[in-house]
Amino acid sequence: MQALYAQLLVGLINGSFYALLSLGLAVIFGMLNIINFAHGALYMMGAFVAYFLLNNDYLSIGYWPALIIAPIVVGIFGMILERTMLQWLTGLDHLYGLLLTFGLALIIQGVFQNYFGSSGLPYAIPDQLKGGMNLGFMFLPIYRGWVVVFSLVVCLATWFLIEKTQLGAYLRAATENPTLVRAFGINVPRMITLTYGLGVGLAALAGVLSAPINQVRPLMGADLIIVVFAVVVIGGMGSIMGSIITGFALGVIEGLTKYFYPEASNTVVFVLMVLVLLVKPTGLTGRAA
Amino acid sequence: MKTRSIASFLLGTALSLTAVGAACAQDKAVKIGALSDQSGLYADLGGPGSTLAAQMAVEDSGLAAKGWKIDIISGDHQNKPDIGTAIARQWFDVDKVDVIVDVPNSGVALAVNNVIKEKNGVYINSGAATSDLTNAQCSPNTVHWTYDTYMLAHTTGQALVKAGGDTWFFLTADYAFGAALERDTTAVVQANGGKVVGGVKHPLNTPDFSSFLLQAQSSKAKIIGLANAGGDTTNTIKQAAEFGITKGGQKLAALLLFLTDIKAIGLETAQGLNFTETFYWDMNDQTRAFSKRFAAKMKNGAPPTMVQAGVYAGLRHYFKALEALGGNPHDGVKVVEKMKSMPTEDDLFGKGEIQPNGRTIHNAYLFEVKKPSESKAPWDFYKLVGTVPGDQAFTPLSESKCALLKK
Repeated sequence: MQALYAQLLVGLINGSFYALLSLGLAVIFGMLNIINFAHGALYMMGAFVAYFLLNNDYLSIGYWPALIIAPIVVGIFGMILERTMLQWLTGLDHLYGLLLTFGLALIIQGVFQNYFGSSGLPYAIPDQLKGGMNLGFMFLPIYRGWVVVFSLVVCLATWFLIEKTQLGAYLRAATENPTLVRAFGINVPRMITLTYGLGVGLAALAGVLSAPINQVRPLMGADLIIVVFAVVVIGGMGSIMGSIITGFALGVIEGLTKYFYPEASNTVVFVLMVLVLLVKPTGLTGRAA
Repeated sequence: MKTRSIASFLLGTALSLTAVGAACAQDKAVKIGALSDQSGLYADLGGPGSTLAAQMAVEDSGLAAKGWKIDIISGDHQNKPDIGTAIARQWFDVDKVDVIVDVPNSGVALAVNNVIKEKNGVYINSGAATSDLTNAQCSPNTVHWTYDTYMLAHTTGQALVKAGGDTWFFLTADYAFGAALERDTTAVVQANGGKVVGGVKHPLNTPDFSSFLLQAQSSKAKIIGLANAGGDTTNTIKQAAEFGITKGGQKLAALLLFLTDIKAIGLETAQGLNFTETFYWDMNDQTRAFSKRFAAKMKNGAPPTMVQAGVYAGLRHYFKALEALGGNPHDGVKVVEKMKSMPTEDDLFGKGEIQPNGRTIHNAYLFEVKKPSESKAPWDFYKLVGTVPGDQAFTPLSESKCALLKK
């Protein structure tokens, strides 16, 4: 029984990454109607920015500032992508956005791989979060606890921003009817660019969070992104709360699978996806298209 | 006088004509296929570095100056046996490849082994670990260089059991390699009076090991044996440190570790780990000289791993055999037989031999990872703690189930 608690907690930790990433995807899909396959590559870039901030010849910027700087840097990179490429796809079939962002992901990963190889770079856990505590049923590394709490806060804040504030209301309105919102004097294209920047920033933030746990390596996002897409599909494309809850829930389910039948742990998410699509094609919390 | 010189001229022409005739059956052209994981979790320990090692072997052999024409092509098997065999078939059928080198990932390596046997090519495997390549599934076309699971089990594994680690829990990569390494190590553990108390099979390329590590922790085994490789091993070791596993008294047995893995883990976390390799760049003047030339050509300045060194050494020996044959007969079995008949000697692995089952025998070295304070240079990671002679490290012929030995 104790082992089970431990597995639940570990699942929750992995779930936080799924939640942060799928949240970003859901925001981008909900507002821009783009299936952002470059999300994994941008997550990887977040981790690399944190690594560069710490390991360069000029100044050594640690984990805490990186938590803010990396999402901003990668967010700006994302906004440049949106301005120069993605915005031309408005109104076209989803397939075009998917292909473009997938291509971008391959290029970004290829460039990083060319320079840094595939085995990754070490990034230490910040001193304040080193060590762990004994919870009785398991030894919880403090850093992992921090990841769960922090990502939960970020997820809820994003949900609040989009669902409960004036700005979020504009955004949602702009998705429904951009022409009408423009008529009210709101700069819709700029708002869309900023939204893409926000979604990308969330990916980069997840990247920084994961840097001390996983290695910082070019393919870290490629391995994760497919699972995250499954999470988004299960949760319902474009649903903010749905993707947060599904992210955490699937982390837990995966954790339990690792305990009961480890060989299936990397397929269980997809099995669930198939089941959900069969029963409720719009996802658990999704609205009909 | 005159008639004699005419006679000798005729004789000379006749002799040179027969020489030309022989050279037609075996020409001086060689095509090498470097088949590896070029972009995945094993790309840094083999991959582009292995292709570079092959190029350096060609250059250092000096065969081009003697009129040989040697080409290298490379391919990415993406750790998928079906892709690996498809590339190998195309290489033999269309590109007329003579020899395939490297091929990490035991699953792919075993699949390709069959294709090479069928096409009568030459297989110099350096990247794969499974001892089955020269045991149950041995082939007259195959030479297995560098290392295998039997060797890893009988060096690192044995040393740990003898040091008191008599209960084991395995974290095993769920494919041919992990299964072979777990099987060979289990045999060693049991033969030395130890016990295996449990294990988990995890999928290849798993980012998060915390769940598996918790199971290993609650098993209370003294040794957690890592029957995995590359990115999987580095992730396991990092996360084991995070979960306080080593501090809790359990010891990690990294059965297979490469230089690039230590770089990825960082000395801070990796220090003190014991493991076995057959090549390290900082062994002696020859290895240092080779590694310096190698690193200068690598994008990230990395010295060669043992897999890449094995590609180099294996090809050098292959070229020696071709030279001894006086040309390339394009007959895999014949070339491999020649390779087996000659003792091996090169700058990187020293003296050795190739057994009738295809297994190359050379020294294996027990290393310990240095403390950060002991490391003086960017890739200065290992401390030599022991040398195991080749005949003790690798499968004795009496234990080998290879069908080639029954002739």
